Amino acid sequence: MSAVWGKRIKNYGGGVLMLLLGIGAVVQGQTYAIGSLSRMGPGFFPVALGTILALIGVGLLVTAWFSEPPEETKPLPPEWRGWICIVLSLVAFVVLGKYGGLVPATFAVVFISAMGERKNNWKSAAILSVGMVIVCVSVFWWALQLQFPLFAWGQS
Amino acid sequence: MIGQSLNDLWYGFGIALQPHNLMWSFFGVLVGNLIGVLPGMGALTAISMLLPLTYTMHPVPAILMLAGIFYGSQYGGAIGAILLNMPSHPPHAVTCLDGYPMTKAGKGGTALGITMIASFFAASFGIMVMIFASPLLVQIAFKFGPTEIFSIMLLGLLAGATMARGSPLKGVAITVVGLLIGIVGTDVNSGVQRFTYGIPELSDKVELVALALGMFGVADFLRSVNRTQFVGSETKVRLRDMRPSKAELKQAFFPMVRGTLIGTLFGAMPGTGPTITTFIAYAFERRVSKTPERFGHGALEGVAAPEAASHSKTQVDFIPTMSLGIPGDAVMALILGALLIQGIQPGPQLITEHADLFWGLIASFWVGNILLVILNVPLIGLWVKLLQVPFRYMYPAALFFIAVGVYSTNNSLFEIYEVLLFGVAGAILLALDFPVAPILLGYVLGPLVEENFRRALLLSRGDLTVFVTRPISAAFIGLCTLLILAQIFFAVRATMRKRREGLDAAAPPLSNVPGIE
Repeated sequence: MSAVWGKRIKNYGGGVLMLLLGIGAVVQGQTYAIGSLSRMGPGFFPVALGTILALIGVGLLVTAWFSEPPEETKPLPPEWRGWICIVLSLVAFVVLGKYGGLVPATFAVVFISAMGERKNNWKSAAILSVGMVIVCVSVFWWALQLQFPLFAWGQS
Repeated sequence: MIGQSLNDLWYGFGIALQPHNLMWSFFGVLVGNLIGVLPGMGALTAISMLLPLTYTMHPVPAILMLAGIFYGSQYGGAIGAILLNMPSHPPHAVTCLDGYPMTKAGKGGTALGITMIASFFAASFGIMVMIFASPLLVQIAFKFGPTEIFSIMLLGLLAGATMARGSPLKGVAITVVGLLIGIVGTDVNSGVQRFTYGIPELSDKVELVALALGMFGVADFLRSVNRTQFVGSETKVRLRDMRPSKAELKQAFFPMVRGTLIGTLFGAMPGTGPTITTFIAYAFERRVSKTPERFGHGALEGVAAPEAASHSKTQVDFIPTMSLGIPGDAVMALILGALLIQGIQPGPQLITEHADLFWGLIASFWVGNILLVILNVPLIGLWVKLLQVPFRYMYPAALFFIAVGVYSTNNSLFEIYEVLLFGVAGAILLALDFPVAPILLGYVLGPLVEENFRRALLLSRGDLTVFVTRPISAAFIGLCTLLILAQIFFAVRATMRKRREGLDAAAPPLSNVPGIE
């Protein structure tokens, strides 16, 4: 069931995505002045591009309809742990960067993303994170003078 | 003419050899080499990570460094391909085919040595072409008005889109998406905020570094987390092994020359990516070889030709980027973006207005390539060790570098959300078989395309036929049409053939070879 669905998505998903993006650009672009060919407003180019993109989306759907189903390749299983950890690690960098400072943010981005790989355990992730914190402080904060407080607990 | 060029080149050496510039050039090739060796990291990631560093620098050392990273990472990429069968970035995938069998046969050192010689030879040739062709191109380019510039940009975009990996239609779609991303921000003509949705950070355009690192860094990690197996290797390369014998040199000479010429030709064509260049160089070499059956089993020619092609293309690629402002591929688009950030408008005026930059850059190519050869000889052992850093330690560190690098562009955390967004979007696009490289081309060229399109039609009072009535522009539009027709022709022929032959599949087309982008 999910394999058939996965194949469909691969075939048609791209077309649908581009069609939607194109329509979105046209709709949003129309809120700006379009003007005429000789005096184009800020809306002209986005609307034109959106139209082209939507047409390509239709074209992709048509070719997907006519093309034979792709060969049986085993779809890779979803990798939720890795994906969530990578996304979370960057969010953590922003949040901790704002409320905690550079050192906790660095530790968090490395530690959380390292935990996404199943072969890493919390110990190896922690060692790697401490190593990166040292690199970060010495290279970025000290040598390159990055404008980013090391600790900013409770500020802002 | 030639005398003038040599004179300018001499001046360029004076600039490239200034200690300050030399230092940045050296730093660039070293970092490029290092990052190029690391699995999964190519020139694009390397350049975008270090791009923020250049914002506060003088333009000359900034560009010298970025260019150094570019060709430095190519040297690094070949090492991974030959020793570990691991294409650190796609153009080197083809080098794996013969390089790795050579390693297994205990001749990895020779392959590396030949690669180095071929690269240096090809780069030198490419530089020569650049020295003499750029001034000529500039003379033509001075006749270009907005109409011509729009047409040639259209050609560059179309070529970049259709010659990428996979479906040409998807390539065009992704280019248009790139153009749309380029629109985000304040419209220069009217001051209207477009696609900013009230977010103040977006009024100053989408951050180039965030786009590049999201699409080529984060997206890649999302794709390969827990799926990349660490390939162990016990290869030991000693200095002595790297010196090829006289017979091997002789064997590699003509493939090297042919590869160089192919690379030069493709470099001059806008939009042809590096991967297709190396692949064609390889295919051509196999075609002309008297013993094609040796290819894939450690043929020296199969290493020399593609590596030479990739390096001469790299150098020649700078010609349209610098003298027309039209980047050939995604890496060039990034370098163009870096120039624009520095307030330098690439184009025919660049050579005269920023002579120090242009000739300094050319001279630094030579200096940088010599530095690379010198660097690679003693450091090869270190690179081999680096290759064995497992992916599970590498990507968390890389994510940190991405986060800090993006933060430092504006000293603001907002850009990290942009990276995250583009990373997720890039992973989805990759999963749907879209090539993502053309997005950068679209993004960088987007504002220029719009500006020139507007101006051309303002001048012609809204008459669209101006693009085909002016001769130079008409020629470019003609090429565009030809390109589209050719793509349709190939697509139709492929379907017809498939129908006729039923399911007994013939040789798989180039784009289906695994690892080729």
